[in-house]
Amino acid sequence: MIKDEEKPQIEQVEGSRSGGMQHHLAASARAIPPSGIRRFFDLVSASKDKDIITLGVGEPDFVTPWRIRDAAVYSLEKGKTQYTSNAGMPELREAIGQYLYNQFNVAYDPAKEVIVTIGGSEGIDLALRALIEPGDEILVPEPCYISYSPITSLSGGVPVGIETFAEDQFKLTSASLQAAITPKSKILVLCYPSNPTGTIMTYEEMLPIAKIVEENDLIVISDEIYAELTFNGNHVSFASLPGMKDRTILVSGFSKAFAMTGWRMGYACGHPDLISAMLKIHQYTVMCAPIMGQVAALEALTKGGLEEKDRMVESYNQRRRLVVQGFRDMGLKCHEPHGAFYAFPSIHSTGLTSEQFAERLLLEAKVAAVPGHVFGKGGEGFLRCCYATSVAQLTEAMERINLFLRSLE
Amino acid sequence: MNEFKLSILDLLKEDARLSAATIATMLGAEKEDVSAAIAEMERDHVIVKYATVINWSKVDDEKVTALIEVECTPERGRGFENIAERVYLYPEVKSVYLMSGAYDLLVEIEGKNLKEVASFVSNKLSTIDSVISTKSFFILKKYKQDGIIFEEFEDDHRLLVSP
Repeated sequence: MIKDEEKPQIEQVEGSRSGGMQHHLAASARAIPPSGIRRFFDLVSASKDKDIITLGVGEPDFVTPWRIRDAAVYSLEKGKTQYTSNAGMPELREAIGQYLYNQFNVAYDPAKEVIVTIGGSEGIDLALRALIEPGDEILVPEPCYISYSPITSLSGGVPVGIETFAEDQFKLTSASLQAAITPKSKILVLCYPSNPTGTIMTYEEMLPIAKIVEENDLIVISDEIYAELTFNGNHVSFASLPGMKDRTILVSGFSKAFAMTGWRMGYACGHPDLISAMLKIHQYTVMCAPIMGQVAALEALTKGGLEEKDRMVESYNQRRRLVVQGFRDMGLKCHEPHGAFYAFPSIHSTGLTSEQFAERLLLEAKVAAVPGHVFGKGGEGFLRCCYATSVAQLTEAMERINLFLRSLE
Repeated sequence: MNEFKLSILDLLKEDARLSAATIATMLGAEKEDVSAAIAEMERDHVIVKYATVINWSKVDDEKVTALIEVECTPERGRGFENIAERVYLYPEVKSVYLMSGAYDLLVEIEGKNLKEVASFVSNKLSTIDSVISTKSFFILKKYKQDGIIFEEFEDDHRLLVSP
């Protein structure tokens, strides 16, 4: 029972609550826009419809190969539960160095040029924080993965989106890069194979980009998390281009190639001066990546994980062909995605915005896919569809999308 | 067997209902070539049958399955061929393998109940002249068959939408 004389006090407390805590927040944290993908996630989750087929995921449909999981379980049984050295277990860094050399022909010194991170995401964060000074401009070809710009802003940098176009298969052209450069330009972020477009860039296509990077003394953060998932020819690492190794921070990880998203295991490689600065931030924020994840990652690189990887890549390729053909058969323009596990069809012909299209597709046809505009400039009018889902589900999803399109006519 | 046919078999063993057109798209091949390859493999009995893998434990009229180790005397000139044929012609017999090691044939038998299987072994199998001895092992639970895991632990646990 509340006494009358206590009531004003209670109102006062409630009053200060409704005023909220926003004014305590740092301006930089307040300024970060809410993620468009998060908004769409909430919408999909709210529907609670069991019948929804989702092409909205950003991860493999395989679970981590059993031999990799087993290695982690075994290490736990053996009591491997301690910190590792800040940069990661030496044998893992050794294996990463060897792997990158064998696969992509880039040579890094495991002792000074490799750091094991908590997912590729931490590598991107470390690289941006180690390099950005307030006002620096960070060039980001878009549409692209959603975290480069917010992290840049947090560090006081200015993200500069460079629009890429479907008619160029969303490749970065030297003309548009050149046009975006100012005296404040400092970093170019590349993400090929691309999330969300599936675009890759060949050696010849990257050469003129490298020339501009050189001329303007830029640093490149090359997010190569999808490097293993290419379907016509091998991935070319930007760091393997002449003169680019020292200017490039190569960021990658185990999530996509080895189906290890939940392990949060990544790595970054680059010039010792850059890596040692990143290592300082890393040791003060997270100390080291979890040891069980590191043990699993080592198993992936050294004992048979590579064969499992090849098997998974072949399976993605089959489903990629199925989905791209499916979109084209139903009359949507869809460029050939040569990497990652996304198709990025155009829905311009429907006259709907990508947000309207994605929402109606979800509600009317029960298929979830991510509207392109959340990935930045040039994404409007497109839909990101992840084909890392069973053939039966993909076939059903294609039928539903087709029926939905016919209903719009 | 060429690479192309192997790729087709890899897909069909996972889902026998895939159409030739879908397989062609998935492999980046022509539909006619896929149809021809399948027809050829059917003719050569590479593809023997398109069957369904059933988890009988979820069906009301449950079945009993047993593996029988059979020791027998081979015949001059014919080895184990005749006896294997005499065994596999029974509809109760699901599979017959010639084995290396302590016994000769491994026979999988399916019946309505324990009694039916036991009576088949004692009345039909053991009475064949060249059979020396049999040992029966009843299957209590199937965890995995032909590469397919019966438990549903590999369900999709992914978030519906993620970056």
